[in-house]
Amino acid sequence: MFEKIWARHVVTEGPGGHVLLYVGRHLLHEGATGALGRLAAEGRRVRRPDLTFATADHFLPTAPGAVATDPEIVGMVDGLARHTGAQGIVYFGVGDPRRGIVHVIGPEQGLTLPGTTLVCGDSHTATHGAFGALAFGIGSTEVEHVLATQTLWQTKPRALRVTVEGRLGLGVTAKDVILALIARIGAAGGVGHAIEYAGSTIRVMSMDERMTVCNMSIEAGARTGMVAPDETTFAWLEGRPFAPRGEAWARALADWTTVPSDPGARFDREVALAAGDVAPTVTWGTSPQDALPITGRVPDPAAAGDPARRASMARALAYMGLRPGTPLGEIAVDRVFIGSCTNSRLEDLRAAARVVRGRRAVVPAWVVPGSGLVKRAAEAEGLDRVFVEAGFEWREAGCSMCVGMNGETAREGERVASTSNRNFEGRQGKGARTHLVSPAMAAAAAVAGRFVDVRTLGG
Amino acid sequence: MQPFTTLTAVAAPLDLPNVDTDRIIPARFLAKPRGAPGYARFLFHDVRFEADGAEQPEFVLNRAAYRGAKILVTAENFGCGSSREMAVWALEAWGIRAVIAPSLGDIFHQNCFKNGLLPVILPADAAAGLRSQLHARPGATLTVDLEAQTLTAPDGARHRFEVDPFRKQMLLTGQDEVALTLGHEGAIAAFERRLASGAPWLVPQAGG
Ligand code: SF4
Repeated sequence: MFEKIWARHVVTEGPGGHVLLYVGRHLLHEGATGALGRLAAEGRRVRRPDLTFATADHFLPTAPGAVATDPEIVGMVDGLARHTGAQGIVYFGVGDPRRGIVHVIGPEQGLTLPGTTLVCGDSHTATHGAFGALAFGIGSTEVEHVLATQTLWQTKPRALRVTVEGRLGLGVTAKDVILALIARIGAAGGVGHAIEYAGSTIRVMSMDERMTVCNMSIEAGARTGMVAPDETTFAWLEGRPFAPRGEAWARALADWTTVPSDPGARFDREVALAAGDVAPTVTWGTSPQDALPITGRVPDPAAAGDPARRASMARALAYMGLRPGTPLGEIAVDRVFIGSCTNSRLEDLRAAARVVRGRRAVVPAWVVPGSGLVKRAAEAEGLDRVFVEAGFEWREAGCSMCVGMNGETAREGERVASTSNRNFEGRQGKGARTHLVSPAMAAAAAVAGRFVDVRTLGG
Repeated sequence: MQPFTTLTAVAAPLDLPNVDTDRIIPARFLAKPRGAPGYARFLFHDVRFEADGAEQPEFVLNRAAYRGAKILVTAENFGCGSSREMAVWALEAWGIRAVIAPSLGDIFHQNCFKNGLLPVILPADAAAGLRSQLHARPGATLTVDLEAQTLTAPDGARHRFEVDPFRKQMLLTGQDEVALTLGHEGAIAAFERRLASGAPWLVPQAGG
């Protein structure tokens, strides 16, 4: 699949295995304001404004009714509105219900299509690979290059197939699958590779679940992750605002059915995972690879053979304020964050709400929907009331505490159960301690005040 | 872009694996314009400085012998995580021109090339050997020769490294990549014509 999509987007070949790859979709967020400004300063136009779409997600506040006041943030967001307007780019801006996290709204609007290439100046762009698109994150200079040329110079990554077979147990989610995979292959395990997720477990996953899996491919170091498009994909896309319609839809469908890998396709590397071995998972350290089943204990650095590994584990535990041997289920949390491009879609919110219903949060807990439309849909089902009645804060769409660029951070030393994708030192605020979990596990932590095996909570 | 040819400079060792770009430049500095006054101070900010702003004396770049470092020798997967190019801008603002590692985060690796910083990939044992020499002899220098693709260690040993020939050329000349690509205008336009007839559904017709 990866090979096919790659081959059909090669514009020309350059030296040393480089190809000029055509970009089918370019998504922008306010981080692109600098690149748009540089382009304008050079007197260049955006080559394909019709294939470029923008939103604001990283820096906007998500407190209900809040508006950005920091002059640097206001400058960035206003700059994005001005530049996209001048260049004729569709912009889902402040006040537009379609605004949201770029990786949530791309699919939601039908911008993400099978068999295409999609880039964005954000490392979690692989999320869109769930649709069988070749999607990857790029840097700011590359954003400018794509704006000007609609292409990128790329070398072909190697192909890694991850096959997940079997049924996930009750309470075990897509988030647990990807955390278990990263724990297995390591945070650098996928460097230089494009991952294709296959197997019966992936096949029965919904689009929301597939997006969660693909989203965290970068945390395994991979350039991208993807799932072959199938009936689930097509049914999800049909009728989306920017998806093809009528005769164009029929033509597109005929094309998309040729996208999946042929039986017998060769991969440079293969990894297999058994769904039955995956349990609700919690990270204990400061890399997404530091993940263990909730039934486990904080590991002991002394048991690590490699001295470098021992040192980095010891540092992680010192930062996280954890002692070796502590059962993960005895770790108290100070705060809960449900959101981010990994887990802020309707199904994520439903899963969290199922756990929350009839219970009460005993620590501060936020729910930040991935987009204005996710928020509306959740409200139409009454999920907002479930959360609010349980003492959760129901907020506006955005990245929020996933990264804290907008100032929404946890305090120093605070321990956060978070549905986001990075538990790096300082990711959610200076000195904040992040544990990555699924939405159901985050909700369970909020009502229990500690990590708890969601399977033991009961209906 | 500033070209890169050869560089002889003090190198600083950084032993931790998986140093992510959030650690290289914390999120709260990302709204600052590139080259803003004090940009160099953002580099590794939260590990370099105490809460009161005082320098953390143990951190390698705060030690007298390494203050003039223009080269970083790191462990596995340096620059992983967020795509923020500001990580490279902060390194550059501080004065770093080359990063030597057993492996690098993919986007960070590309971002280095775009900003005149040379990323050098060495086998893990060679990188570890370099780091221990730099620990043993603080302030020792390394020489990187991009044209010859060699790196000379403090002990005089020479390591050859591989570098993508295309990126090498761009670095040696400091060429503007957009201008280079626009030189392929004919091929891009031809591709777009094929796309318009072969996959017309790709261009969204109606919106909203
Ligand atoms: S939600 Fe988090 S990871 Fe996703 S795009 Fe926003 S900041 Fe990045």
